[in-house]
Amino acid sequence: MADPLLSFKNQATAYPPGEAPRHVVLVDGVSVSVEKGRVLGLIGESGAGKSTIGLSAMAFGRGGVRLTGGQILLNGRDIRAAGQGDLRDLRGKEVTYVAQSAAASFNPAKKLMEQVIETSVAHGVMTKSEAEARAVSLFRQLSLPNPETIGNRYPHQVSGGQLQRVMTAMALCPKPDLVIFDEPTTALDVTTQIDVLAAIKRAIHETGVAALYITHDLAVVAQVADDILVLRHGKMVEYGTTDHIINTPKEAYTQALVSVRSIDHDEKPHAAPVLSVQNVTARYKGTNFDVLKNVTVDVAPGQTLAIVGESGSGKSTLARAITGLLPPAQGRISFAGRSLSTDLAGRTKDDLRELQMIYQMADVAMNPRQTVGTIIGRPLEFYFGLKGAEKEKRIQELLDQIEMGKGFADRYPAELSGGQKQRVCIARALAAKPKLIICDEVTSALDPLVADGILKLLLDLQARENVAYLFITHDLATVRAIADKIAVMFKGQVVRYGQKSDVLTPPFDDYTDLLLSSVPEMELGWLEKVIQTRKMESAGN
Amino acid sequence: MRLPLSAIVGLVLTGAFLFIGLFAQFIAPYPIDSAVGGVWEGPSAQYWLGTDTIGRDIVSRLIYGAQVTIFVALASSILAFSLGSFLGFFAAVRGGWIDQTLSRVVDLVMAIPSLIVALVMLSVLPLNLTVLILVMGVLDSTRVFRLSRAVAMDITVMDYVEAAKLRGEKQGWIIFREILPNALSPLVAEFGLRFIFAVLFISTLSFLGLGIQPPLTDWGGMVKENKDGLIYGKAAALMPAMAIAALAISVNLVADWILSRTSSLKGGRGG
Repeated sequence: MADPLLSFKNQATAYPPGEAPRHVVLVDGVSVSVEKGRVLGLIGESGAGKSTIGLSAMAFGRGGVRLTGGQILLNGRDIRAAGQGDLRDLRGKEVTYVAQSAAASFNPAKKLMEQVIETSVAHGVMTKSEAEARAVSLFRQLSLPNPETIGNRYPHQVSGGQLQRVMTAMALCPKPDLVIFDEPTTALDVTTQIDVLAAIKRAIHETGVAALYITHDLAVVAQVADDILVLRHGKMVEYGTTDHIINTPKEAYTQALVSVRSIDHDEKPHAAPVLSVQNVTARYKGTNFDVLKNVTVDVAPGQTLAIVGESGSGKSTLARAITGLLPPAQGRISFAGRSLSTDLAGRTKDDLRELQMIYQMADVAMNPRQTVGTIIGRPLEFYFGLKGAEKEKRIQELLDQIEMGKGFADRYPAELSGGQKQRVCIARALAAKPKLIICDEVTSALDPLVADGILKLLLDLQARENVAYLFITHDLATVRAIADKIAVMFKGQVVRYGQKSDVLTPPFDDYTDLLLSSVPEMELGWLEKVIQTRKMESAGN
Repeated sequence: MRLPLSAIVGLVLTGAFLFIGLFAQFIAPYPIDSAVGGVWEGPSAQYWLGTDTIGRDIVSRLIYGAQVTIFVALASSILAFSLGSFLGFFAAVRGGWIDQTLSRVVDLVMAIPSLIVALVMLSVLPLNLTVLILVMGVLDSTRVFRLSRAVAMDITVMDYVEAAKLRGEKQGWIIFREILPNALSPLVAEFGLRFIFAVLFISTLSFLGLGIQPPLTDWGGMVKENKDGLIYGKAAALMPAMAIAALAISVNLVADWILSRTSSLKGGRGG
C-alpha cells in the first residue's frame, strides 16, 4: 500500500468552552486515510460530522469549531500543528474546496475566469496566462459549453449545474493534491446532477487528484468514490471499499442506508375523483408567460397523485392554483363534487378545511413563536370550535397519530428535529380532517432514513383516514413508494399521466426517460451506463 | 445569561430616570415654580446645581422637567409605534394599492424635514400637551411604518403565514398572532431609539418656544431660559443639556443591547 496523502488519526473536534452549546464533541475517534488519486466518500445524515471532517483536512473549523486532538497528516506532515502562514500556503494550493451552493459561493460582481484563476495566481503556482490556459482546458474537461469564452461571463449568466462545474474547475486549477467536495450536487436538479457528477468524476480521474467526496446520498457516492466511510453522530460506523459497503455492508446502520428508498406500495384501482383539475392555465401577475399550460389531472379519494418534474416545471405553481393563491387564467377546479372558486377569498370554510397543505421546509411552515400545541390546536379551534380539555385531548390524539407521544405539546419548533417538525406539520393538516392534502416536496429536505419514516407515516395515515394526497416531488424513488397515479410535468405541461404502473412502464417519452434514468441507483457503474444509454440531455446542461 | 457592563449601566440609569420622573413630586426639594434664591447662584449645599435665571432651584426643575420630558417622549413614541407598526404590518400583509397609497403618503411626509412640519403645525394648532404628543407621534410614526413594513415583508413570505391564509384566518390574526410576535424584537430595539429622538425633538421644540409652555417645564425649555447665562459664564444652561445627553446615552445602551441580541435586523435606524 502506498503512503497515504492524507490521514486522520483519532481525530476529535469540539466546540470551544464557554459558548453554547458547550463542549459538544462533533467528531470523535475517526481514523482514515486517502491515497493519491483515490476518492474517499464521506456519508452520513446531517450532524454526522461529514463537513467537519472535510474542512479539517485543511485544518479549518467552522465558526467556533476547534480541533482538539489527534493528528491530521497531509503529505506526511501534521497540519494540526502548522502555523497560520503554513496554513495559508496550504489552503487553496495543496488542498482546495468545492462548496454545496455554487450560487452563494461566487462573487456576483466578478467574471468567472477572474475567480477561477485567483488562487492559482495568488499562490504563485502559475502566471495569469498559464492559469487561464489551464482553466480553459479544465472547462473543456468538465464539458462546459464554449470553454474558451465561458470565463468572460458573470455567475448569474450560467446555469446552476454549469456554475457547480466552474467551481470544480476553480478547485482543480492550482493542481492541488486533494480536493474536498462538500455535497456538490445536492442543490441541483436530478437531471442536472448526473451530468455534473459525471463531469466531476471524469475530471478527478483525468487530473489524478485525490478527493474527499461528502454527501448524504449513498447512491451518489457509490458512483464516484473508491472507498466509503460511513459516519453517524461523529463516530465511524463502517469503512471499506465502495464495493464492500454497497454490496456486503456489515453494520445495521449501513444496511439501513443501503436499503433506503425501497418502500413499495401497490397502486389502488381507478376511482371517481375527489379533486379534478381541468384545462388549467396560469401565469404570474405582470408576466406574459404561462407557467401552467392546459393542465388536466385528478385525484381519487384515499389515493395519491404524484406530480413529478424538475425545478421550474410548474409543480408548485399547480399547488398554488389549486389552493387559490394563484387564481388560474383559464380552466376549472372541482373538489368534493363542487366547483371551487378560483380565488382564495371566494372559498367557504369547508373548502379551506378539506384542502390542506404540507410544505417542503417545515422550519418556516411553523411560527417559531408558537408551541406545538398552539400550532396543532389552532385548526381545531378555528374549524371545529374546540376549547379547553376537549381540544387538549384531540391534540394528544393527533400527536399519538404522528407517533410523537406525550410532552411535545409545550415545545417550540426550534426544540424539534427535522423529522419531528415535518410530523407536526402533518398533524396540523390532519387536525382539519381534510379530504385532500397537498404535499409539496415534504421529504426532500430530510435525511434519507428520516424521509422514509415520513413516507411510511403518510401511507399509514392514508390507509386510516382515507385522505387523498397530491404529492409534489422531483424524486422518483419517493414516487414509487407512495403514488397510485403519476403526472410528469415539463415546462408547465403534463407530458405523461396515468396509473403508476403505466407511467413507469416503457416505452417512455424522452423526458420521462431522462427523469427516470437520472435517479441514482445503489449500484456500481450505474453512472457510466446511464450516460451512454439515455435519450436526451438535461435542460440545465 | 450574563449582561454586558454597558447594558447594566444603561438599565440602571434608565431605571433611575424613570423613577425620578414618576416620583418627581416627592423627590424634588423645592416647588417647580418658586424663586427661592438669587439669580444664577452657583452650586451650594442648599441648591446643589445652583439657581436659574429668576432664582429657581435647578435640581428641582430638572426633576420636574424629567417628568414632562419623559412623559411626552414616551407618549408620543407609544402613539408612533401603535400607529406606525399597525399600518406597516397592514401594508405588508395587504400589498397592492393599499401598500402603495400608505407608502407614498409616508414618503411625502418624510420628504419634508419633520421639524419644519412640526413648527408649521404647532404654530397653527393650539399649544397644549395633547396636541404636542399627537403631532410628534404622527410624524414619528412614518419612520416606524418603514421599519415595521420591512420587517413584516420578510415575515409575510414565510410559509406559516401562507398556511394561516390558507386556513382562512382573518387579517387581525395574521397581523397580531403570526407577524407581531416575530417582529417584536427589532421593534423593541427601535422603540428605544425612537424614544431618544422624541426626547431630542421635544427638547428642540421647547428650545424654540413651541414645545412645553410655562408653568410646566422640560429640559429643552430650561436650556432656552438659561442660555443667556452662558454669556456671563453661568453654567445653568449646561445642566439640562447634560441631562438630555445622559438620558439619550443610557436608553441607547439598553437599545443596543436588545438589538445585539436580535441578530437579524441591525439596519433601519436613523434620524
